[in-house]
Amino acid sequence: MRRRNITLIVGGILTAILLILIVGGNFFRPFDPSALNAGHRLAEPSIPHLLGTDHMGRDVFSRVLDGAGTTLLIALGVVLIGAAGGLLIGGSAGYFGGWLDEIVMRFFDGVTAFPSVLLALVAVSLTGPGTGNVIVILGVLFIPSFARVARGEFLRCKNLDYVKRVRLMGASPLRIMFRHILPNSLPVFLAAVAIGFNNAVLAEASLSYLGIGVQLPQVSLGRMLADSQGYLITAPWIALSTGLAIVLQVFSVSLLADGLQRRED
Amino acid sequence: MKLIMRKLFTLIVTLFIVSILAFLAFQVIPGDAAVAQLGVDATPESLAALRAEMGLDRPLPVRYADWLGQFLFGDMGKSHVHDRSVTELLGDRLIITGSLMGLSFLFTVGIALPVGLFTANRQRGSIHWAVTAASQVIMAVPPLFLGLVLTFLFAVVFRLFAPGVFVSHHDNLLGYLGYMLFPALAIALPKSAMTVRLIRSSVGSELGKDYVQTAVSRGRGSSAILRRHILPNIAVPVITFLTLTLIMTITDAIVVEQVFSIPGLGRLLISAIENRDYPVVQAIVVIIAAFVMVLHFLSDILCRAIDRRIVL
Amino acid sequence: MKRGFKGFALLVLALFALTVALGGCAGDRGVAPEDNNGPSETGNMPPVGAPIQGGEIIVGIAQDLGSSLDPHQMVAAGTAGIREVLFNVFEGLVKPTPDGELVPAVAEEFTVDGTLYTFTLRDGVTFHNGDLVTVDDIVYSIKRSADATSATTFVSALSVVTRVEAVDNRTVEIEIAEPDNEFLALLTVAIIPSGHGDHARNPVGTGPFRFVAHTLEESLVIERFDDYWGTPAYLDRVTFRIFAGGEAVVMALAAGSIDLASHLTADMVRQLPPDYYYLVGAMNLVQALYLNHAVEPLDNLLVRQALNYAADIQQIMDILSDGMGHPVGSSMYPAFARYFHEGLVDFYPHDPERARTLLAQAGFPDGFDLTITVPSVYTPHVITAEVLVQQFRAVGIDAVIELVEWTWWLSEVRGNRNFQSTVIGLDARSMTARAMLERFETGAGGNFINFSSEQFDETFALARAATDSDEQVRLYRELQEILVEEAANVYLQDLVNLVAINGRLTGFQFYPLYVMDMSTVHFVE
Repeated sequence: MRRRNITLIVGGILTAILLILIVGGNFFRPFDPSALNAGHRLAEPSIPHLLGTDHMGRDVFSRVLDGAGTTLLIALGVVLIGAAGGLLIGGSAGYFGGWLDEIVMRFFDGVTAFPSVLLALVAVSLTGPGTGNVIVILGVLFIPSFARVARGEFLRCKNLDYVKRVRLMGASPLRIMFRHILPNSLPVFLAAVAIGFNNAVLAEASLSYLGIGVQLPQVSLGRMLADSQGYLITAPWIALSTGLAIVLQVFSVSLLADGLQRRED
Repeated sequence: MKLIMRKLFTLIVTLFIVSILAFLAFQVIPGDAAVAQLGVDATPESLAALRAEMGLDRPLPVRYADWLGQFLFGDMGKSHVHDRSVTELLGDRLIITGSLMGLSFLFTVGIALPVGLFTANRQRGSIHWAVTAASQVIMAVPPLFLGLVLTFLFAVVFRLFAPGVFVSHHDNLLGYLGYMLFPALAIALPKSAMTVRLIRSSVGSELGKDYVQTAVSRGRGSSAILRRHILPNIAVPVITFLTLTLIMTITDAIVVEQVFSIPGLGRLLISAIENRDYPVVQAIVVIIAAFVMVLHFLSDILCRAIDRRIVL
Repeated sequence: MKRGFKGFALLVLALFALTVALGGCAGDRGVAPEDNNGPSETGNMPPVGAPIQGGEIIVGIAQDLGSSLDPHQMVAAGTAGIREVLFNVFEGLVKPTPDGELVPAVAEEFTVDGTLYTFTLRDGVTFHNGDLVTVDDIVYSIKRSADATSATTFVSALSVVTRVEAVDNRTVEIEIAEPDNEFLALLTVAIIPSGHGDHARNPVGTGPFRFVAHTLEESLVIERFDDYWGTPAYLDRVTFRIFAGGEAVVMALAAGSIDLASHLTADMVRQLPPDYYYLVGAMNLVQALYLNHAVEPLDNLLVRQALNYAADIQQIMDILSDGMGHPVGSSMYPAFARYFHEGLVDFYPHDPERARTLLAQAGFPDGFDLTITVPSVYTPHVITAEVLVQQFRAVGIDAVIELVEWTWWLSEVRGNRNFQSTVIGLDARSMTARAMLERFETGAGGNFINFSSEQFDETFALARAATDSDEQVRLYRELQEILVEEAANVYLQDLVNLVAINGRLTGFQFYPLYVMDMSTVHFVE
């Protein structure tokens, strides 16, 4: 019984649209996101300023695009580090098994027992804030969750017939892992990447909101939310559009993740 | 019982390891605590004197044992920044953040269980779509944004509560709970949406299984099937999930406290982080670590009690 | 299962209400400012009527008060926020009035004879702990704050004191090394009981309010002191509620949960509910981008001048406060009317071209990287820094903002001088022009920008020694000129102080100092 996977389609389309908007928006923005306009502060949404302006007269729409771009960049960086690290470590653990598996996974279990944003907070206290630091810290903290997925997949695949056959043909473990097992596990892994992406988006927003993530003047959605809090009464559109940008991003990608998982089932 | 004892032993060992890690992390990295306190212009003599006074001249294991001993008896050291003991700084904040987490967890369970179970056997049709769509959207809303929206709605528009003027539980317990209502909701709503999804999908996959089909063919009512057969089977994944949820609530509480200006652990932790006030950060980390460990332990025990097949 | 449905229905309802309310409000309440000539006046004025004795208010402050309440330490360490609040608790031998005069407080009268100051203790002044103030307490307090061996409570300006002595049980003599016509202003330093142990945690003073409680980063409570020697305060109790930033204060104001808040921006004031009004005053400080002269490339005069030409003060004031505020030009704010040098305001007009040329001359044709450290709690400074980043970018300077906690700023920037540049407002600890300028003397404890100019030091020595007041004024103005010529800092403005007040309250008074006097604030019939 093959039903069409509506979730995957809708999620995919939404994510694609957002990606185009964010990436495109970073090249063709209606305004310079940091251009000041003292005479046009907290203006309502209108034709040139689609989402109005903020307390410094900056175009909110352009800023949301720019902030979403920052978030996207960070989330991608985090997922890249996390997935690569997770694949390597978790994959090896799953493939080779034994004491390596035992030690690594026990350690990772311990790490994943803690909320990653909290660990990131503490880590930032040691390194200082900044985009690069946030990417590396979150990326490293995300390795265990990816490792767990990778381990499960590699464990499952290593005893499949075709893998056994390749192994008998004398392929090196690395080659087997990345040429033969990985393509087979890709959908599962992609779903994990999508979920990790969302967690990274939320973590970055929280850190920047708390003032220990991205540094000014770089635009980030979390910092924008913090700023907009003071203007909720006369200019609620700033907070709403910023927040909705996060919601939309998370929503689309979680649909995508869902769709990917469902396809596997 | 033996299993529990073994699990308890593991818990204690893990806590021990975590405490060593937390101790070392803050010993090695932040440089010299004496310099931090006296400033860079301090003379070598006064630095040495302070080091001796702070006990920094003794070997590491001795200091660790000392620190742990004091920590266990509630002496968590002294803040570098404020002229206060860490214990005093934590004081009420633990209670405040704890109750915020407790309250939001109650809301999560209170919303998710009824909604999830009531709609669980509707695996298609309009209710199915409504619940699926609603939960899919709500779980995408970060608590910090939800907090802003709730503040705007209920404080600015309806004037149902006053943001910023936190009511202490010492003064007015009811007012305190009232103030915590919206922050707790901001945390709980996305979490309950996730839980609803989990419940519905677990029930959904149980519904397809043979034993349920057999029960149906025997003519049992659907609520009886749910109660007698399905609930025990989904209890374990749901409890495991709720445990994770409660742990995630820690971070959300820290963030949401800022949105609502609640003087809890969050504000203290953030200012301590920015001030490099390591004794405070260390204490909070260790407390949260212990909390997380104990929670996992309890959850394991509970799951085991429900399902004897689980190997601990 | 019934309850399950109810929960679900409620959820749907709540979501529905949310959508409707959000949609509705964005349209109805989101009134954009038609003109930017000032916060839209809604006809809100201070209420008129007979004053009511009593009542409690909550004052919102977006400042970190730190952890020590020791009045002498406060003056020494320079956290204006706590001084502002505890102005209500402490008094000196003399105290300032809203007009900037010094009037006797704990002392009933005094005489000045060259270097000898003789104070007569006022009868029946009691500390908040019930003890009568004695001459010993006065001697103790002056000695304690002038004690150069104490790192934390030492008020360096008081080092000129050579002798403090109780002559009889009502008279205290204070002698200083050389005649100094600004010395009296230093004697606003708090008089505290000599036998009292814990000034940092449980301060005791003689002011119209007594200290009740302080919860770190949360609140500070004061209550009216009924045995106050002077005009008693109206309010029974004032709670200063500490917020993590201006944004949170505004939300609390909007919901009507605080009665008074100062240091707001124009956009914040515009969000006040209809039953509030606001007053316009000055913050009495010099807001500037303070530059660390000990680090490259800020040790280069041309670079500092370029920064000055790159900054557009008018734009900062327009964005922060609809153009309100007063450009300062140098390290003096307009409330010091005699000393303030209006002519310096336009010394460095906004001129990006010139800034570029200077940068090229200095060897930075492509600009350089600059870090601006700002305490995150002071929203106006954060916004100012953001504007400066843009203005600097226009001349090729790439600036980033490092937001820090206030205590971190105090220890790292002011204490360890470990920074490149910082946006902050510096105020005067006492009502003397010297308090604004002494921190730039070479080697001065407060000289966190590492400024060093022989000309400045020589002129400052002359100014300190000057006995003729006109001559002194001239020298102080000369000092300001030196600071500007050296482009010591990027001087910005004395910020406008917008104070939002509950419509049933009146009596708030501005001072020429960074203080908040609660004793005259009262409800009306």
